[in-house]
Amino acid sequence: MSHKWGMAVDLDKCTGCGACVTACHAENNIPIVGPAQAARGRAMHWLRVERYWEGDFPDVRLTFRPVMCQQCDAAPCEPVCPTYASHHTDEGLNAQVYNRCIGTRYCANACPYNVRFFDFFHPQWPKPLHLQLNPDVSVREVGVMEKCTFCVQRIKAAEIAAKADNRALKDGELQTACVQSCASRALVFGDLSDPESEVSRLARSPRGGRLLEELGTRPNVTYLERQTQV
Amino acid sequence: MSEAAARKVNDDLLRPLLQTSWRFYFLVAFLGAIVVTGLCTWMYQVWMGFGMTGINMPIYWAFYITNFVFWIGISHAGTLISAILRLVNAGWRRPVTRCAEVITAFALMIGAMFPIIHLGRPWLFFWLTPYPSNRMIWPNFRSPLVWDFFAISTYLTGSVLFLVLPMIPDFALVRDRTTGVRRKVYGVLSLGWQGTPRQWHRLESAMQIMAIAIIPVAVSVHTIVSFDFSMAPVPMWHSTMFGPYFVAGAIFSGIAGLIIAMAALRKFLHLEEYLHPIHFQNLGKLLLMMSLLWTYFVFAERLTVWYGNESAEVQVLRVTQKGSFAPLYWTMVVCNFVVPFTILSLRRLRTIAGCVIASFCVCIGMWLERFLIVVPSLGHKYLPYTWGHYRPRPVEIIITIATFAAMTLLYTLFSKFVPIISIWELKVGAHGVHEAQVQHAEHAIGEVRP
Repeated sequence: MSHKWGMAVDLDKCTGCGACVTACHAENNIPIVGPAQAARGRAMHWLRVERYWEGDFPDVRLTFRPVMCQQCDAAPCEPVCPTYASHHTDEGLNAQVYNRCIGTRYCANACPYNVRFFDFFHPQWPKPLHLQLNPDVSVREVGVMEKCTFCVQRIKAAEIAAKADNRALKDGELQTACVQSCASRALVFGDLSDPESEVSRLARSPRGGRLLEELGTRPNVTYLERQTQV
Repeated sequence: MSEAAARKVNDDLLRPLLQTSWRFYFLVAFLGAIVVTGLCTWMYQVWMGFGMTGINMPIYWAFYITNFVFWIGISHAGTLISAILRLVNAGWRRPVTRCAEVITAFALMIGAMFPIIHLGRPWLFFWLTPYPSNRMIWPNFRSPLVWDFFAISTYLTGSVLFLVLPMIPDFALVRDRTTGVRRKVYGVLSLGWQGTPRQWHRLESAMQIMAIAIIPVAVSVHTIVSFDFSMAPVPMWHSTMFGPYFVAGAIFSGIAGLIIAMAALRKFLHLEEYLHPIHFQNLGKLLLMMSLLWTYFVFAERLTVWYGNESAEVQVLRVTQKGSFAPLYWTMVVCNFVVPFTILSLRRLRTIAGCVIASFCVCIGMWLERFLIVVPSLGHKYLPYTWGHYRPRPVEIIITIATFAAMTLLYTLFSKFVPIISIWELKVGAHGVHEAQVQHAEHAIGEVRP
C-alpha cells in the first residue's frame, strides 16, 4: 500500500524551545555555517521556529510557528527545476537529488515558504560535531540545494524493516527527528492515507489549517491554530 | 554612384581594417585586462565557493540574473530593429544595420554566460541541455530555464546568420583589396563570392527570409526570459504582463545601446559622412516611443498591484516605491522616463549629444529596472520572518564591470576586422538595386584594378 506522509503541528503546544531544530541538524548532517555567514543570511535550518510578536506593548505576546518543507502536492519548486533534481516521489514527498542539482536556485525562489537552502561553501562542522555525522544521510557538496526530507532515511529504514517482517507499518512506529525530540508533543508525523492515524485525525481538526494554502500549493503539513490566550 | 564616389566609400569604410594606430592596441590591452580580471574573478568564485557573492537566503538571484536579463535585452537592439527596418525598406537603415546586428550577437554571448556564472556547480551546466546520456536523463522541459536554453541558442544562431549573410560581399571586397594572409582569410570568409546575379539574388532572398524569421524569435526570447520570473509564485513576479513588458524594455535598452555604439563609431572611426544626425534623430524618436511604452507598462503594472491590494505584493510595491529600494526606483524613473522624454521630445535637444546622453541614462535605468524586478520580490515573499536584504560583494561588481568591458572589446575587435558599415548596402542605397548589381561586378574575380 502506498503511503502519503504528512505532519501536524499544534501551535498551542509549541513552546519554541528549538529542540526540533537541533535534532534536525544532528539527524540530517546540516552544515553549521558559523556566526559570520549566519549574519549574511546563510544560516541553514531545514526546520526553523519562526517567532512573531503580536499585540502592542505592554500586551505583547510571543508566538511560535515551526516551519519546515510543507511537502506540497502541487509544489512550485518541482516544475521549475531544469534537471529534475527537485521531483515528486511516489509517496508524495518533494525529494531533492543532491547529485543531480546544478544550483540554479530557481526552486528556492519559487518556494513560497523559503524552506530550501543553498550550500554556499563546502559544509563544515566545528569540532567535535564533525564526529557525529549520520552515516545514513549524504553530506552535500558546495553549490547544491538542500531541504527537509521528512527524514526519508528513517522512512525507508522503517519500511524495509516492516517489509522484512512481512507486516504493515504501525502508526507512530515511525518518527522524524523533530517529532521524536518534541518535548511537548506539538509535532505529529504519520501516514495521511490511513484515516485512523493520529496525523490524519489532526489534519481533519476544525483547528487545522495549511500555511499559504491560498497559493494552491496543497501542503501536507497541518497547523492547528492557537486557541488559548496565554 | 560614380566610380570615384564608390572608391571613396571603399576607402573610408575599409580604412579601419587596413590602418591601425597605437590607440587601438592600447584600447584592446586596457579592455582585455579588465576582461581577464573578470574571468579570474569568476575562477576565484568557483574555487572559493558561491558564498563569495552577496547572495543569501532568500535572495538567491541578484546581480548575475540582472546582468543576464539586461544583456539579453540589449541584444534586442540589433537584429530586431534591423529586421524591421529591412522589411519596411527604410532607406536610412543602410549604415545602421550592421553595427546594430553586431550588438545582438555579442550581447547574446555575454548574456548567455550569466546563467552559467550564476550556477552553484557551473561545471555541470551541460545538464541543462538535452545531450545524449547513457543514463537516459533529459532536462525537465517544464522548466523555464530549459526554455531559455532553446530560446537563446535559436536566437544566437539566427542572429549570427543574419549578421554574417550580408557580410559576404564585403568580405569579398576586402579579399580583393588585400594581399597575403589577409587575402587568404577573407577569401575563405567570402565563401567564394563572385558577385554574379544569381549570388545576389540568393543573398537577397536569404536576407528576406531571415528578416521575417528573426522577428518572432526575438520577441519569443525576451518573453521566455520574462517567464523565468512570471512562472514562479513570487509576489510581483507572477504577472501576465511580463512577456510584453520585458520585450518592450529590451527594445528600449537595445536602441539606447545602439545609439551609444553608433556615436562611438562615428567619433573614433570618423564616419561622419555615413552616420548622419538624421540617423540619431530617427533612432531618438524610436527611443522616445519606447520610453513612453515602457512608462505605460510600469504604470499599468504598479497601479493594478496597488488596487489589487494583495498583502505580499503590496509589500514589494511599498519597499520599491517608498522603502529601502526607493532611491534606486526613482533613479530608474528619472533615467528611463524624465531624461529621455525631456531631451527627445524637444527637437532642439534631439542632437547627437542629446541622444547619447538620453541613451546612457536609459542603459542605467534599464539595468536598475531589472535589478528592481529581481531583488525586492525575493526579499519580501510571503512569510515576513524570512524577509531579507541584499548587498553586492566585490566579485559580483567586478564581473559586472568586466562584461561591459567585454562588450566594448568585442565591438572594437569586430570593427577592426569587418567593415562596420555594410559597404554594398550603402552603394545599393545610393543607386537602386539593379544598377547596384551591375556596380557590384567590381567584386567579381578577375577585375582589373589600378
